[in-house]
Amino acid sequence: MEYAVEMKGICKSFGGVQALRNVDLELRQGEIMGIVGDNGAGKSTLMKILSGAYRADKGEIYIFGNQVDIHNPLDSFKLGISMIYQDLALFNNLDVAKNIFAGRELVWGPLGITLDRKSMYRRAEELIKDLRVDIKSPKLNVARMSGGQRQMVACARAIAFQSKIMIMDEPTAALGVTEANKLLGLIKNLKNLGLSILLITQRIPDILAIADRVFVLKGGARQDILNVKDTTLDDVVTLIVKGKNGNRGIVDDIEYQSFG
Amino acid sequence: MVNNPSLFKKLSVIIGKIASNYTPLLILLVTLVLFSFIAPNFTTFNNFRLMIRQISFVTISAVGLMFVMVAGGIDLSIGSQIILSNIVLSLMMSSTYGYGIDPLIAIPICIAIGTILGMANGALSNTLKVHPLIITLGTSYIYRGLGYIIAGGRNIDGLPDSFRVYGQGYVGPIPVPIIIMIIVAIIGVYFLHNTNFGSRVFAMGGNQEAAHLVGINIKRMKLIVFAIGGFASGITSVLLLSRVFNGQVTTGAGIEFDALTAALLGGVSFAGGEGTIFGLITGVMIIGVLNNGMQLFGLQDFYQNLIKGALLLAAVGYDEYQKSRRAKEIVEKAAA
Repeated sequence: MEYAVEMKGICKSFGGVQALRNVDLELRQGEIMGIVGDNGAGKSTLMKILSGAYRADKGEIYIFGNQVDIHNPLDSFKLGISMIYQDLALFNNLDVAKNIFAGRELVWGPLGITLDRKSMYRRAEELIKDLRVDIKSPKLNVARMSGGQRQMVACARAIAFQSKIMIMDEPTAALGVTEANKLLGLIKNLKNLGLSILLITQRIPDILAIADRVFVLKGGARQDILNVKDTTLDDVVTLIVKGKNGNRGIVDDIEYQSFG
Repeated sequence: MVNNPSLFKKLSVIIGKIASNYTPLLILLVTLVLFSFIAPNFTTFNNFRLMIRQISFVTISAVGLMFVMVAGGIDLSIGSQIILSNIVLSLMMSSTYGYGIDPLIAIPICIAIGTILGMANGALSNTLKVHPLIITLGTSYIYRGLGYIIAGGRNIDGLPDSFRVYGQGYVGPIPVPIIIMIIVAIIGVYFLHNTNFGSRVFAMGGNQEAAHLVGINIKRMKLIVFAIGGFASGITSVLLLSRVFNGQVTTGAGIEFDALTAALLGGVSFAGGEGTIFGLITGVMIIGVLNNGMQLFGLQDFYQNLIKGALLLAAVGYDEYQKSRRAKEIVEKAAA
């Protein structure tokens, strides 16, 4: 089977610290994969390599079977990968539609610069409908929106440009329970729309609720990929804390207690 | 059943919305009505024509400034751009001091000079990475200084008669500067509010970091918006010289402050990302009506300055108050 994303032997060091050691990751098409691990396990680093924010020291990346070279965020975007950051890059002075199309406005006419407002608002409205999110109109200003709604605008933006692969970094971290649940519903919808999704989170229950598989990192090394169906919260937590071989050190012991 | 408290609440919300969205228009209407009662000859066709011709020069500069401001910048060198390009233009055309070049050749050169002076502001802002306020403060001294050096204390006369039409001519009953102002305003509305370029100017003024992340080339955009400001200065320079018909280093001096005041009165945000050409023109009209009405009423210049300054502070202060109130509402709504 052809993977949406295949990363092979990824290594990355920051100065003397080895953040990633020979990490392999395979994301199937149309699945939601949770990326979990303790602080400093290398989750964000791995995802930032895929989104072009960092470059790997070693390793290969394949997108839909083709080997690619990702130098910067634009390369990654062109390959159909979008990363939605925790501190969303939105324009508070613009409405939903203009946020979605910022930098890639729809135009018409012989000059090719005249804004096609009608199409932009119609398309934005369709996206809102496809995503089944509670944004009443694409003409609303994003400054007045809640954190969850803002996340949804960021998602709509990614879909508008036919992203195939979406990376979300702690999307529910800053949200209340209701909003977080809505967002999880949205992520499921994205999957139904055919996207392959990588979801970094500290909230394991979120992953168990919506993900197909969960990828566990510890100390910059891949521990395992678990099928959510045959996994319990305890299994995941144990893997995060003890690792594959169950050899935990003193520091890990303290962290295990904090997990309860 | 009519629920009175909620009806009142709704009504007050509607009035509040009108007041906050159309504050500049309301101020304009109030000043118009006021002066039509107290200033003699205020409401005559001739006076309105005079008044609009007076503001046409500032309006053109202000439309250029607007692009810079919406993108999150500021240009204090507009007046100096006009001084320098004005002197060069008069020298090019003057038969007594200069080269007697035909206006049809000299005018495009003058506008090109304005554009280059504006673009230089953008280039400096890109390389020095200092706030445009400081950059254009610096270049305003440089441009003005160059203008003085080139003029060498002369009043440059001997301009060709064919050059009169731009600042003094009429098409039917309408003065040429007014027609040019209308054309500039329409082009401004098109580019700022109806093109992908305009959208990016707003995006960049709202959040420069995010604009960069969505692939907008910030450095190129800065060059372009400052160039547009300079282009508008070039046009203003041509019209003013044709009006004054004498190359002087005082022509256009300080025009940036009127343009800036008009923009702020008209709801253009100093922080960038907000404003409309319609609001801007309303702002310029307020200044025009105040200048004209107070003159007819017989107020001295000193008082005029006093009132203009007070109005600017009141209008901008009210706008900020509205914004902070709205922000508070959002927070309360989110908390509820």
